[in-house]
Amino acid sequence: MSKNFSVVGQSLPRADARIKAVGAAQYADDIILPGMLYGKLLRSPVAHARILNIDVSQAKKLPGVKCVITGDDTLKIKFGNWRLVPESQDEYPLAVDKVRFIGDEVAAVAAIDKDIAEEALSLIKVEYEELPGVFSVEEAMAEGAPVIHELNPNNISLQRKIDYGDLDKAFAECDLILDNEFKVHAVSHAYMEPCACVAEYDHNGRLTVWTSTQTPYFVQCLLAKTLGMRENDIRVIKPFVGGGFGGKMELRKWEFCAAFMARQTGRPVKFTLTRAEELATGRRRHPMSIRSKVGFKKDGTLVAKEFTAYLDGGAYNSMGPTAAFLCGNFGGMLYRYPNYRYNGYHVYTNKPPAGAMRGFGAPQALFVAETQMNMAAEQLGIDPLDIRLKNAMETGDEIPGVATISSCGFKESLLKVAEMTNWREKRRQLGKGKGIGIGCYSFISGGVFNWFNTQYNFTRAEVRAFDDGTVHLLTMASDIGQGCDTVLRQILAEELGLKMEDIRLTAADTAVTPQADLGTWGSRVTLMAGNAVRKAAQEIKDQLYKVVSLKFDLNVIHDLDCRDGMVFAKNRPDRGIPFGEAVRLAQRANRGEPIIGYGSYTPRGKGLVTPAFSFGAQVAEVTVDMETGAITVDEMNTAHDCGTPINPMSVEGQLEGSVHMGLGYALCEQFIMKGGKTLTATFLDYKIPCAEDMPPGKSVHVETYEPDGPFGAKEAGEGLVSPTAPAIADAVYHATGYRCTELPITPEKILRGLGKL
Amino acid sequence: MKTVITLNINGDRYEVAVNPWRTLNEVLREDLKLTGTKLGCGTGDCGACTVLVDGKSVSSCLTLAIELEGREITTIEGLAPNSEELHPIQESFINKGAIQCGYCTPGMIMSTAHLLKQNPRPTEAEIRAGLSGNLCRCTGYNKIVDAIKDAAEKMSSSSD
Repeated sequence: MSKNFSVVGQSLPRADARIKAVGAAQYADDIILPGMLYGKLLRSPVAHARILNIDVSQAKKLPGVKCVITGDDTLKIKFGNWRLVPESQDEYPLAVDKVRFIGDEVAAVAAIDKDIAEEALSLIKVEYEELPGVFSVEEAMAEGAPVIHELNPNNISLQRKIDYGDLDKAFAECDLILDNEFKVHAVSHAYMEPCACVAEYDHNGRLTVWTSTQTPYFVQCLLAKTLGMRENDIRVIKPFVGGGFGGKMELRKWEFCAAFMARQTGRPVKFTLTRAEELATGRRRHPMSIRSKVGFKKDGTLVAKEFTAYLDGGAYNSMGPTAAFLCGNFGGMLYRYPNYRYNGYHVYTNKPPAGAMRGFGAPQALFVAETQMNMAAEQLGIDPLDIRLKNAMETGDEIPGVATISSCGFKESLLKVAEMTNWREKRRQLGKGKGIGIGCYSFISGGVFNWFNTQYNFTRAEVRAFDDGTVHLLTMASDIGQGCDTVLRQILAEELGLKMEDIRLTAADTAVTPQADLGTWGSRVTLMAGNAVRKAAQEIKDQLYKVVSLKFDLNVIHDLDCRDGMVFAKNRPDRGIPFGEAVRLAQRANRGEPIIGYGSYTPRGKGLVTPAFSFGAQVAEVTVDMETGAITVDEMNTAHDCGTPINPMSVEGQLEGSVHMGLGYALCEQFIMKGGKTLTATFLDYKIPCAEDMPPGKSVHVETYEPDGPFGAKEAGEGLVSPTAPAIADAVYHATGYRCTELPITPEKILRGLGKL
Repeated sequence: MKTVITLNINGDRYEVAVNPWRTLNEVLREDLKLTGTKLGCGTGDCGACTVLVDGKSVSSCLTLAIELEGREITTIEGLAPNSEELHPIQESFINKGAIQCGYCTPGMIMSTAHLLKQNPRPTEAEIRAGLSGNLCRCTGYNKIVDAIKDAAEKMSSSSD
C-alpha cells in the first residue's frame, strides 16, 4: 500500500469544467446537422388498451412531414437489458397490439421542423379499446386482476430469492421480534438534461447515433437487434451528458425511432424529450410494499431477518430484475444477519415503468432496515449507535454465497459521525420539536452478474504513448457528470508519472473506443475502468522499462518507476530519461511500431454481487414545528468509507448531490398519480430541493484501502443516497414521537401521526 | 407571419425573422446556433436557460424573441472576454468544483452574474435565495455557493 501519490488524491478541477463553464460543451440536443429532421413521439393517453387501428394517412399528407411510423413498420422485435433471460425482454420499439401505460410510445413522426412534427402527431388517429388497469401491487396481484402481459397471468414478472441459515429456529431464539410493513414511493431522476438523440445514416448501410446515454454499448447492441442490423454497422457516440442517475441506461424508444427514420429518410433525425414527457412518462425509482420481520437478542445482537418486497415495476420489466435482486442483497448488508430470507416480487402495473436509479434497491431496503434498527434500539434500551456497532460488518466478513467484504470502514464511520455530531449527548436530550437521527448504508462498486450477457470483458482501456511525452487514453467509460473523464486521467497520470494535461482522452464512442464497457451504473466505473487503465499503463511501462534498463545497463535488481515526466531507476533517479524519449527509444527498438498498452477488467472470483463494498453513516438534525408539522433539516453530517478518494473534491460533490437527492426522497419529491396518470409533470409540482433547502453539514472520509480497487478506491457517492431518508425519519421521531413507515415524510403525516389532524 | 427583428447578442447584431410565438431560447439555440444556453424544462422552473437582458436575468424559454428588439442580450458565450481569459465567475465555478454534469451551469453562471451585479457582496442566505430559480441535480448546490462566494470576493477586491 503506497500512499505516496502525486496526482491521485488531489482535488483537481474537472478536466471538462472549462468547456462546460463557457457553454461550449455539446450535449445531444446541441447537435445540429445539415438537413436534419425533428422527431416527435405519439404516446398513449390511456393506461391499458388494445390498439384496434392506427390511421396515419392525414399525418403523412401534411407538408413537411417526411416519415411516420408505427409498430407495424418495425420488425416487432422485443428488447430489454436482461439479454441473459430473453423472456424478460418485454418491450417493443413501438407499441404492438396493446398499450400498457399512459405515455407508452405508439407512433413517431419526423418533419422538417418541430411545429410541423407536433401538428402531425395531432393528425394520427388511434382507436383504442380500453381495458381495466391496475395501479398498485395489491391491485395487480388480486384474484382476477386484468393481465398486463400474457406471459405473466398473475402480473408477477419474476421472483428473486436469497436464503441462508435456519430462519424458523433463529426466530424461536429471539428476545425481540419486530414485524413491520413499509411503503416507499416513486421519485424521478430529474437529471437536468432531458433525453435527446440524433441519428445519421451514411447511405451505405451504417448508422451513427449521438445520444444522451450512460451505456453506449447497450444502445448499440439493442439497436442492432431491433433494427435487424449488424452491431458493427451501428456507431453510438455519447456526447456530453447532463446527468443520468440510472435513468439513461437502456435502449429508449426515441433512439430506435431516430435511427429507424434516419435510415428510412436518408436524413439526420433528432428527438428531444420535453420535461413533461420526462416527468410524466419517464423511468422512476421503484415504489415498494415491504414487510420485514427482524429478530434480536436482549443485548441487541441481530439473529434473523425475513424480508419480503413487492416492487411496483410499472408496465415493463426495464431494470426491475436487478432491482428485485439488489433490494434483497442490500436488505442483508451492513450488519451480520446470520439467518436471512428474502423474497422479492417484481409486479407489473399500468404505470410508467420504474427503472434503475441511484442506489438501486438500496434506498428502499435501507429505509426499512435502518428504521427497524432504530425501533429495536429503543425497545431494547440501547443507543442506536451501540446496536449498530454491535452488529456492524467488518473487513473479512462473508455474506454466505454472495460476497466477502474486502475492506470495511463502517465502525470507524459510526464512531466518527457520532463524534462530529456530539451524538450521545444530543440523543439523550428528548425532543420538543428538535431531534437527531441516524441512518447508514453500504453499496456496491459495480456489478458482477452478467445480465447483459456480453461476450466482452466488462471494461477495457487502450493507451497510446507518444514521443512528445503525451499519451492518448481510449475508453468506453461514460462520463455523465460524475467525473470519470477526470478520475481515469488521474489514475493514468499517476501510473505514468504524467500531468493531467499530457493526457488526451477519447471516450464512449463504440466505433473507436475499445470494445466493450457496460457503461456507467452501479458505481462500477472508478473501480472497473480504473483497473483497466492501470493495466494498460502497466503494458506501456513494461515497454519503456526495457529500453531504459538497456540504455543504462541497469542491474536486474533495479526497480523502475515513472514520475514527474521521467522514466528512471527507483533507487538511482539519475539513471533515467524523459517519458517521451523513452517512447522514442522503445519505438526505434521495435522497428517503428507504436507504443500501445491494453488493459481489461472483469470481476472474477468476486462472488455474485460486486468486488468491493462502500460503507458510511449519516446523522440528521431536524426541527419540527409542532403546530404545522413543517420540517427543517438543520444539519446533515456524514462519515463514509469509499476507500482512497481519487479526487476528494469530486467525492464531496457526489456526496452533497446524494444528500440533495436523499433529502428530496425523504421530504418533498413524489409523483402524485390519479390512476395511471402522473399529475406532477413540471418542476413546480414535482419539487426537487432548491439551494435554500440544502442543510449545512460536514463530511469525513474514513481511511481504508480497497485491495481490489485502483489505488485502493471503491464506490463513492451513490450509496450515500440511502441513509438520508432513514436518518431524517429517525430525527423526526426523536423530535416528535412520530415514526414514519411510509415515505415521504410530510407535515400532514406527522400531524396525523400525533393525532393533531 | 414572420417579423424581421434585430437582436443585440453578446455585442453582435443579428437580423432574424421570427414568428411572434418563437422564444428567445429557440432563436438562440436553433436559429443562431448559440447552444450554450440550455433548455431544461421550458416552463421557467429550472433556470437552465437563463440569459441576461439589459443586465437582468430572464428565462429565455419564457421570453418571446419579438419583444427584444433593441435590448442587450448576454448569453454564456458572451461572458468570457476571449478563449484564453475567463470571467471570474467561470473561474470560480471551475476551481471550486461547482460543475458536474454542467447542464445547469450556463444558467447558474448567468444568474450569478445578475446576482453579483445587484449585490456584489451577498451573504450565504442571499446567494441561496439568488439561486432559488436555478435547479441543479448533481452538486447539492453547496459547491456552487462556495464558487459564488469566491467570485464575489475576487470581483469586489478587483473593483475596490
